[in-house]
Formats: sequence, C-alpha cells, structure tokens
Amino acid sequence: MNYIPNILFAAALVLGIGYFVKNVKKLVRNIKLGQDVDVSDHKDQRWQNMIRIALGQGKMVRRPVAGILHIIVYLGFIIINIEVLEIILDGLTGQHRLFSFMGGFYGFLIGSFEVLALLVFVSVVIFWIRRNVIKLQRFWKPEMTSWPKNDGNFILYFEMVLMTLFLVMNATDMHLQEMQSGNVISQFITPLFSGMSEGTLHLVERSAWWLHILGILVFLNYLYYSKHLHILLAFPNTYFGKIKPKGEFNNLEAVTNEVKMMMDPDADPFAMPEEGVEEEVPAKFGASDVQDLSWVQLLNAYTCTECGRCTSECPANLTGKQLSPRKIMMDTRDRLEEVGKNMDANNGEFKDDGKQLLGDYISHEEIWACTTCNACVEACPVSIDPLSIILEMRRYLVMEQSAAPMELNNMMSNIENNGAPWPYNQMDRLNWVDEK
Amino acid sequence: MDQLIVKTMADYMAEGKQPEILFWVGSAGSYDDRAKKITRAFVKLLNKAQVEFAVLGTEESCTGDVAKRAGNEFLFQMQAMMNIELLNGYEVKRIVTACPHSYNTLKNEYPALGGQYQVQHHTEYIEELIQAGRLKIETSSKLNGKRITFHDPCYLGRANEVYEAPRNLLRTLGVDLVEMKRHKQTALCCGAGGAQMFKEPEKGDKDINVLRTEDALKTEPSIIATGCPYCNTMMTDGVKAKEKEGAVQVMDVAELLANAEDL
Repeated sequence: MNYIPNILFAAALVLGIGYFVKNVKKLVRNIKLGQDVDVSDHKDQRWQNMIRIALGQGKMVRRPVAGILHIIVYLGFIIINIEVLEIILDGLTGQHRLFSFMGGFYGFLIGSFEVLALLVFVSVVIFWIRRNVIKLQRFWKPEMTSWPKNDGNFILYFEMVLMTLFLVMNATDMHLQEMQSGNVISQFITPLFSGMSEGTLHLVERSAWWLHILGILVFLNYLYYSKHLHILLAFPNTYFGKIKPKGEFNNLEAVTNEVKMMMDPDADPFAMPEEGVEEEVPAKFGASDVQDLSWVQLLNAYTCTECGRCTSECPANLTGKQLSPRKIMMDTRDRLEEVGKNMDANNGEFKDDGKQLLGDYISHEEIWACTTCNACVEACPVSIDPLSIILEMRRYLVMEQSAAPMELNNMMSNIENNGAPWPYNQMDRLNWVDEK
Repeated sequence: MDQLIVKTMADYMAEGKQPEILFWVGSAGSYDDRAKKITRAFVKLLNKAQVEFAVLGTEESCTGDVAKRAGNEFLFQMQAMMNIELLNGYEVKRIVTACPHSYNTLKNEYPALGGQYQVQHHTEYIEELIQAGRLKIETSSKLNGKRITFHDPCYLGRANEVYEAPRNLLRTLGVDLVEMKRHKQTALCCGAGGAQMFKEPEKGDKDINVLRTEDALKTEPSIIATGCPYCNTMMTDGVKAKEKEGAVQVMDVAELLANAEDL
C-alpha cells in the first residue's frame, strides 16, 4: 500500500511527459512542412548567437524594465529546476528531501530557490500590472485580443500559483523548518499555519507538493498550445537565425538559372536537361502559404512570444497602418496549426481547404505597407525575421500574380525600359555634371 | 569650383588606366534634382582631394534594389547581371556610392551573382580620405556650434551597421551633434525604403516621413543631416509639412562638408 503514491507519481510523470513528447513530434512535423534551407554554415557564429541572445538574454535588456524582470523569471525557471529534480526523485523513490544530506549546501540551495521564487512572483505580478493595469500599448493592439491576450495572462497566473505552492510546501514542511537553514522566505509564511495540527500541516504540505509537481506537468503540456513555447524554441531559433547583414535579402537561385538562360545568347531554350540531373524549378516563386516558406521561418512563427517589440518599432504600425510584424508571425503560426490539424484529420495528408496564408490571414495591404527597414528584425529578442516572410509574399504577388500596386508596376517598367525607376532616358545619366 | 572634373570608366579604359575608385552615382543621384546636388557635392570633395575616380555615366543602370524589395526578383537579377558584366568587364575593384540602397545591393547582394567588390558609402570613403591626409576639413565658422541631428538611413545603419562614419564627419566640422531619441539601431525609417518611394503609402494616421521629421524637430536642430538621397527627399517633405522650411535645412553630410570648404 505504501507504494501507491510512488506509482501514481510515476503514472503522472509518464502521462505528462508522454503527451508532451507526442505534441513535440507534431511540432517538428509541422515545422518540416517548410522548404528546406541550408543552415550548416558559420557554426561558430551560430553557437555564439545562441549563447549570447538566448542563453545570455543579450537583447532582452535593451528595454531595461522588461529585460531585468524577464531575466529574473528566466533564472528562476532554470535554477528552481534543480528543486524539481529532487521532487521527481522523491516522488519516484518515496524519499523526502533526498538532497538534504548535503547539509549546509542544501540550505543554501533551498534559500536561493526561495529568494528566486519570491522574486519571480513579484516580477510576474509586475508583468501582470503592465499588461492589465498600465495597459502598455504593445499588449493592446488589434491582434492581442481573445486567446493571445488570455494566453499571456494564463502564463502569469500559472507562475504565480506555482511559486506560491513552492513556498507553501516549504513553509509547512516540518522537516525543513526544523533544519532552520534555507527557509529564508517560507519561515515568514509558517506562522499562517500555526494553529494547525501536525496531521493537517502534513496534509497541506503533501497537497502543495503534489499540486506543484502536477502544475509543472500541466504547464509543460500547456507550452505547445501557447506562445510560451519560446522558452524552448528560443534556443534553436537563435542558432538558425539570420547571420548575414540585415540588408541582404536571399538570392533566388531558381530565378538566377532562368535569367542566365535568358541572357546567354548560346543557350538553347528547348534543351532537355541532362539525364540524371534534376531540373530545379520551384512550383512557384515566393510564398502564398506556409508550405512555401522555409522551415526556419516556420520555426520563427512557433518561437514568437508575441511580446510586440517588433510592432512597437515598426514605422508602418507607428503611423497607423495595418501592418504589424507580430501579426505576421502569429498568422503564420495559426495557419500552420490549421494545416497541421487538417493533416491529423486526413491520415497525415493535407487536404486542400481552399484557404491560404496570404489573403485569408495576411492582407495585401499589410504586405505592401512594409518599408523593409529591418526595425522589427533588430527589435526581436530571439532572432525572428518577419521581414523575410513579407518579402516572400511580395515575390508571390509580383512574380506569380502580377499583382503589384499600379505605381510599382510603372516603376518596374521604367527600370526595364530606361534602367532607372523614373521615366528618364539612360543617355541623360551624366547631365548632373554640367548642371548647377 | 564650378566646373567638375568627371571621367568615365570608358575614358580610363581608353587611357589604359584604372581609377582608384568607381563612384556609383545611382538613379536618384543621376536624375533627381535634389539628389544631383548631393552627387555634385561629393564630386567636389573628390576633386579637392584629387582622387582619380570614374563614373559609369550612361552605361550605369539601376542596381535593381527597388525591384528586389518590391518582390520582382527577375527584374532585380537581370539588372544585377547586366551591371556585373559591365563592372567585371572594367575590372572594377572598389566602388563608392552616396546611396545606401545601391551600397547594400552592390555589397551584399551582387556577390551571389558573381560581382565581388569592395564597397563603401561616401561617408566612409571621405573619412578614409581625411585620415589619409588627402582631404583637410577645417572646423567651419559657418557650422561651428550649430545644432545638427543625423538621421540614420536604414540601409546604411541597421542593415550594414555603419553608424559612426557620418557622425565622425559631422564632428570634424565642429557642430553640436544632437541625437534623436530613436537613433542608430532604433532609428525610424524615413518611409521611402522597400519601394515605398514610388507609391502612395497605405492608409494610416500619418505619413512616416512626418513622424520621423517630428523626431528630428524635437532636438531643435538647425540642420537635419542625412546620408541617403531618399531620406533627404522624405525629410525635406516632412520639414515642409511641418512648415519649418524657413528654420530647418535638410542636407547630406557630403553637402555640409563641401559647403564648409566653400567648394
């Protein structure tokens, strides 16, 4: 009979982790729906970026208030996991406070966890106030209603509850209280429970312990459905993020081959491709749906935590235009999820649903409002590149549909005819020399 | 110096010589009335420093930057390949340009198509001339102590991380350089990039160039300095929209240097 808690614990652990793994597999499958792209270059630079930007939170502190609070929650998350390890081992083995043999050092550890737990709690409360009381503009944009808004708050509530449970667990743990080391915060909560019998105290402690670990398992599984997924994906995302200068837009090699063919007087347009050599002509130029984007762009979409730093720097958004880089990323993720669900319902095959990312989620107006200034890319704390998605959609509109705004069509025909975006004669290019 | 000394690559070819640099004028610098003044100002500085430079003249064509950013990769690559053929034919090694859009494209996007050059923005090159002692810029009484704010062009700053060269040149002039709240990495776009120069903006509350001009006017400058012909046009329009054209000038860094030297 004594083994029942252990068995229940093991079952909860297997269930919690198993379901998470199942969803991660789905996540990987969805991301792989994107076009292949070679990211095997510049390994040193990529590791450096990951260490600096994701691990070191290098870009978070550009906004000091949010940055420092975020670092506290981040450190809390990582360090308190040592305690979670102990909880798991305790749960599986039926031990209590397995690591306490470390004596003074254990006290120090618990003390650090408790201080961090309090700091995390306070930070999260400030985050909540920024969102809901101060109503920071970037959390109140049109794309931040319903689920995205609730999701943001749910995460904060989750963290508040988990931290509270952790402290209550320590406060009612007689064994820990008797050690009188490390319980630097929880000792102040202990008096709240002073009138209780030993049995009740034990019950409170066990409840807090169970709720804490079950809460962590639930939170783990919440990740897949939430913007909070960034706590995992920020790492691969910063590794695979753009390492070229921000102004360098990718070269479409399929176009290069065609242009070379057009410009080469000796090329035989009717030549058959050499045997065994597969001709690389893409199904379409640019992107109209998520499958046309690269898998790195899809990874970007899952990594986005909807903080809105991009949108709050976007010149188009700042002047009231429809474009919001954050919405571009959220739309991409929503559409990708939709495609994934479609596949789940159809034995892994995607059945045409008559919808696509461009048009049904992202409007032409948004796409054409972008000045390609890279402010969104610069602002993103986890190396997301919304601009690259906007560019792929422009490519689709222009090269597949000839659907550029009229004035841009004029500009492009000027370039074709005169070698300049304006309707001037190329022979006049040197006139400036003699003008005053 | 009224008469500019300008030779083309073809001229150098005929003489059997190579110039030190190719000055890529760009479409705006060749045709836009305001931008042509920037082109002339830069050439005056080159002439003063006795730099042997060449332009492509009537052989130059649009780099294709706007076409690429508008999504027309075909048109971009056709422009790029024609230009690369020409540049490689002349065995060009170094290119200097006063247009950050040309700069970015020549430097970052031509290599993948077979065009490898050392590319500099004119502010970087002028800084180099000064450091080499070939060009002397005195602290100018005309500009000394004047409040000047520099607007970072997106394709020079954020896109290629050139922030200091234009500022160093302004400091050389002894001006009072004041920064806008949004500057360097966080600078606001003038509103013309990504082919916006050639179309009406989408519906919104205000135009981007007006917002950016407001940023600049908050520093109470007498001059807004830029390093890009598009930014120059957009900021000039912004100053007009705020009815400040009597009090605030918009000038390229090259123009400020040329004026200071009475060129």
